[in-house]
Amino acid sequence: MACIDARGLRKAFGTTIALDGVDLRVEEGRILGLIGPNGAGKTTALNAILGLTPYQGELRVLGRDPWTERDQLMRDVCFIADVAVLPRWIRVSQALDYVAGVHPRFDRAKAEGFLAKTTIRCGSRVRELSKGMVTQLHLALVMAIDARLLVLDEPTLGLDILYRKQFYDSLLNDYFDRNRTIVVATHQVEEVQHVLTDLMFINRGRIVFARSMEELESRYLEVIVHPEKVAAARALKPMHERQAIGRSILLFDLKFDLKLDRVANQKLDRQQLAALGDVRTPSIADLFVAVMGNQAGQAQGAAR
Amino acid sequence: MNTQSNVMNESFDSQRIAPVSMSATRPMYWSMRRELWESRSIYVAPLAVAGVALFGFSLSSIAGIWEKPLRLNPAQPQAPYDMAAGLMMLTGIVVSVFYCLDALHSERRDRSILFWKSLPVSDVTTVLAKACIPLVILPLLTFAITVAMQWLMLLLSSAVLLVSGLSVATLWTKLSFLRMSWLLLYHVLTAHALWPAPIYCWLLLVSGWPRRATFLWAALPLVAIAGVEQIAFHTWHFAAMVGSRLMGAAPTVASTSPDMFPTDPMTHIAPDHFLSSPGLWIGLALAAVFLAAAVRLRRYREPI
Repeated sequence: MACIDARGLRKAFGTTIALDGVDLRVEEGRILGLIGPNGAGKTTALNAILGLTPYQGELRVLGRDPWTERDQLMRDVCFIADVAVLPRWIRVSQALDYVAGVHPRFDRAKAEGFLAKTTIRCGSRVRELSKGMVTQLHLALVMAIDARLLVLDEPTLGLDILYRKQFYDSLLNDYFDRNRTIVVATHQVEEVQHVLTDLMFINRGRIVFARSMEELESRYLEVIVHPEKVAAARALKPMHERQAIGRSILLFDLKFDLKLDRVANQKLDRQQLAALGDVRTPSIADLFVAVMGNQAGQAQGAAR
Repeated sequence: MNTQSNVMNESFDSQRIAPVSMSATRPMYWSMRRELWESRSIYVAPLAVAGVALFGFSLSSIAGIWEKPLRLNPAQPQAPYDMAAGLMMLTGIVVSVFYCLDALHSERRDRSILFWKSLPVSDVTTVLAKACIPLVILPLLTFAITVAMQWLMLLLSSAVLLVSGLSVATLWTKLSFLRMSWLLLYHVLTAHALWPAPIYCWLLLVSGWPRRATFLWAALPLVAIAGVEQIAFHTWHFAAMVGSRLMGAAPTVASTSPDMFPTDPMTHIAPDHFLSSPGLWIGLALAAVFLAAAVRLRRYREPI
């Protein structure tokens, strides 16, 4: 059973189309990064998965329909919407009491263990805590719940580097295992790069790119081309080209077939590319720029 | 493959079955606790009013300003106790109105609705817990505080009488405290819980609708209906009806004199008359409709 299974997910707000036929399948035990520009439909997609918004199309999360079965679903699903959703009036001890009271899978001792490692005191109210501490508290609550799916929407927005780093370290070391699935939507791609197992780019309500990280490493190659070999490199039809410190950096899809002029199974040769300059695996950010750039080009081409 | 999927199913099942031990009333209980944490005015306001009233009563007893009406009027020894009860009921009404107008609004205003919805508590449970505050908790609290206050008043005036060398026997024999308390309990549960239920549920429903100014949205339709009625028929039936609902002017007693205070020991309660009045059932049906609408509304609601 897939953890999340969506087919033809659609959602419109008035005339604005937020989700335009999203097909999505997330298997158990994966960490999926959902990356996209502002207004691409990330939050809408997550809200549909969490049963916070009605939608058209087919959607199953852990075998349930999130819109009609939200309360049952939330026994197995946790989410951190963004940094500031804990009510400001609540005391830390009350938050622990409440979650322990309503959640059958909450391990209070575990949450207290996490909190003991921080400077958060049990008697404090949320409004007295710093933004980073509120996130630590929310994470402590969520990590003490034995859930099967964790959804994070910009979980580290507005936090300083120390808290951000700690956030993902805690998730990976103390929480994640092969029975759990994590879906994270974020703009801060560089900090999730080494956390993810799968990657999806979403733009204008559509999934425009979906690869596993293994595939990413085996299939895409960035070449910092020697200046004299730029023309030869360009002839191999890179996905994207950019300039940095006076050098051309070209991004190649190894599955691109020159003869067919489309992506096929025949691979470009790594050796051949290595001869053109220094090769490396592209970062998610570079890949994102390349894919979105091509998208914009195609959209403009279609408009003409 | 087969064995693997069996193993997986088994682990799913064990995860599924384990947490069902949680009883269905616990989310309800904790949701009500949450309301008491969030809106401390529910018990702080009545306690404060009771404290101030007690202070005033002790001043008047000691100074003897209202000597006659307060302590020694043999015809109406219960007058000050009625006054105290009336004050507490009025406080209960004011607190209920303000509570209801904020009930479904504050969680959207501070975005904490995203946190509450991330837990396995259904919208029905949440809305019912909120409705229980004005319909169950506040009437019982009003009753308890009033009785405690009346006992303190009785002890206080007895002490003053003893010190001034007068007999306390008249006071104690004339007052039938147990009957007064029993009548008060009957009165708050009928006239201040069941009878105004449609008003409170209407306010609760409206609190989930607008972005701001919930009071305006709740009051305007009522004012508009009353205004239309006045212009068209030159009558005030609707306004009078809303007022009587809110103030608890319910047909709960068979008293011939309408001026008689509901906890007057001479009153004859008429629960059969009250329970068979169509007004009660029409009101409760309306309240149920408003609550169902509030549940539905909360499902769709997002932070403001």
